[in-house]
Amino acid sequence: MLEDLFSVVKKRFNDDEPREANSVKKVTVPEELMFKCPRCRTVYFMEEFEKSGKVCPNCNYHSRISASERIAITVDKNSFKEFDGEMISKNPINFPSYEEKQEELREKTGLRDAIITGEATIRGIPCIIAVMDTRYMMASMGSVVGEKLTRAFETATERKLPIIVFTASGGARMQEGAVSLMQMAKTSGAVARHSDAGLLYITVMTDPTTGGVTASFASLGDIIIAEPKVLVGFAGRRVIEGTIKQRLPDDFQSAEFLLQHGFVDMIVERPRLRRTLAHLIKLHGGGAVK
Amino acid sequence: MSNLTAWEKLNIIRHKNRPTVRDYIPMIFDEFFECHGDRLYADDRAIIGGVASLGGTPVTVIAQVKGRNLDENKESNFAMPHPEGYRKALRLAKQAEKFHRPVICFIDTPGAFCGIEAEERGQGEAIARNLMEFMTLRTPIISVVLGEAGSGGALAIGVCDELAMLENALYSVISPRGFASILWKDATKEKEACEIMKITAEDLMELGICEHIIEEPLGGAHGDAGQTAENIEEYLVKVIEEKSKLDIDELLNQRYTKFRKIGEFEE
Repeated sequence: MLEDLFSVVKKRFNDDEPREANSVKKVTVPEELMFKCPRCRTVYFMEEFEKSGKVCPNCNYHSRISASERIAITVDKNSFKEFDGEMISKNPINFPSYEEKQEELREKTGLRDAIITGEATIRGIPCIIAVMDTRYMMASMGSVVGEKLTRAFETATERKLPIIVFTASGGARMQEGAVSLMQMAKTSGAVARHSDAGLLYITVMTDPTTGGVTASFASLGDIIIAEPKVLVGFAGRRVIEGTIKQRLPDDFQSAEFLLQHGFVDMIVERPRLRRTLAHLIKLHGGGAVK
Repeated sequence: MSNLTAWEKLNIIRHKNRPTVRDYIPMIFDEFFECHGDRLYADDRAIIGGVASLGGTPVTVIAQVKGRNLDENKESNFAMPHPEGYRKALRLAKQAEKFHRPVICFIDTPGAFCGIEAEERGQGEAIARNLMEFMTLRTPIISVVLGEAGSGGALAIGVCDELAMLENALYSVISPRGFASILWKDATKEKEACEIMKITAEDLMELGICEHIIEEPLGGAHGDAGQTAENIEEYLVKVIEEKSKLDIDELLNQRYTKFRKIGEFEE
């Protein structure tokens, strides 16, 4: 579903271009040197694209970035201390070749699952931070994502700290069956306790935030920020198109669509995000209860 | 109890005469006063709710409604709620908290509705809000799965102190059909999906998600709806009495821990 979902999104972006574009003679350049924006299809040197924080200089598409890249551009240098870095998932429903698939992904991405959590400072203000990484099974939520996030919220509650969660996910991790579904309840419970303690929780929705993650902790922030143009929704686009038997408008389930319908507080561009977070935390008394 | 496979159970819960919550409510409760609407947008017919009497004890009932025929199903949208359905459930749960009534949720849905309006009105937010609010609702909550419990759309009224399932009921992260179409790109492999997904009441007991299995008559609930209703009632009376005795903070701690401990990982 996820792969399909993203190919649909890609296709949606690409459909803006006339069909002839496909027939333009292809120049082969080593892939790792170039970045082609999936939205406007402008091609850049990777160096230039990376310098812009992986935001397309032409159309402002905020490309996906890894959890470690996100942490690097968000928190104070050398301030990040990771929690539960060794945690890996078991195979609760004995899903065929789940272990092998994970082993492969760990090798490939250097991650142990789809989320990194820890503590850090932003402009000197201490906070707890959690970042999801789509390179790992499209950041689907299974036991590890649920547990690490719950612990992050519990630590934040205990230490009276604000928490910032960068969400990105295809939803619940089906390979873990109903156990993955229950992570929605578990994380929402931890959010409730943090909230009841009068502490600040900021959600930053990044591309793509969908399914069971949208339907749990991602939608529960005191303040919900989204990056421009990112996909945020509950049901998959293809599922909805199948139900209504017609093509959905291009901006459906975009950050802007959510803002218009009242489910996002603000859309903030990546270069301004760190400053925005620092200011918001400060306005909440550094995040801690006075 | 029978030893049926998940696939066989799926066929039982799809039986056209399988009793729905509309059959059970008059058999289980002495009175039932339905309350309509979420006070925000509309009255979703996929979820009904109201105040009832369970053997003299006032309770709040929240239920997903499968239709018994096409007309009923059209009205209840095949038990697939919109956000206003979940918000109605939350409104009634808050009302129950105010009047110190236990909440009984009957789950029977393929999932939350997937459509344009559902997205526009925040299907994700509505479900998320219920998960958070039900977790700290200061009154006992019991959820009973009658037939199918699909995904977040089921869980939105499934955060509870105890989860019971009818013997043939199924609870899954996604419908077997959806599972097959996503993982194998072939929706017809529903049967294979059923067998590996671990979705029966026994499976859910083993995973630590379900606490109690309510017996059905041999062959399934449709064989004797009255007997099934009696079994449900007997269970509800007992569990509500038990949970109502607990100190409310202790109850909330137990509820939190029930979900807190689900997950399998190593460090």
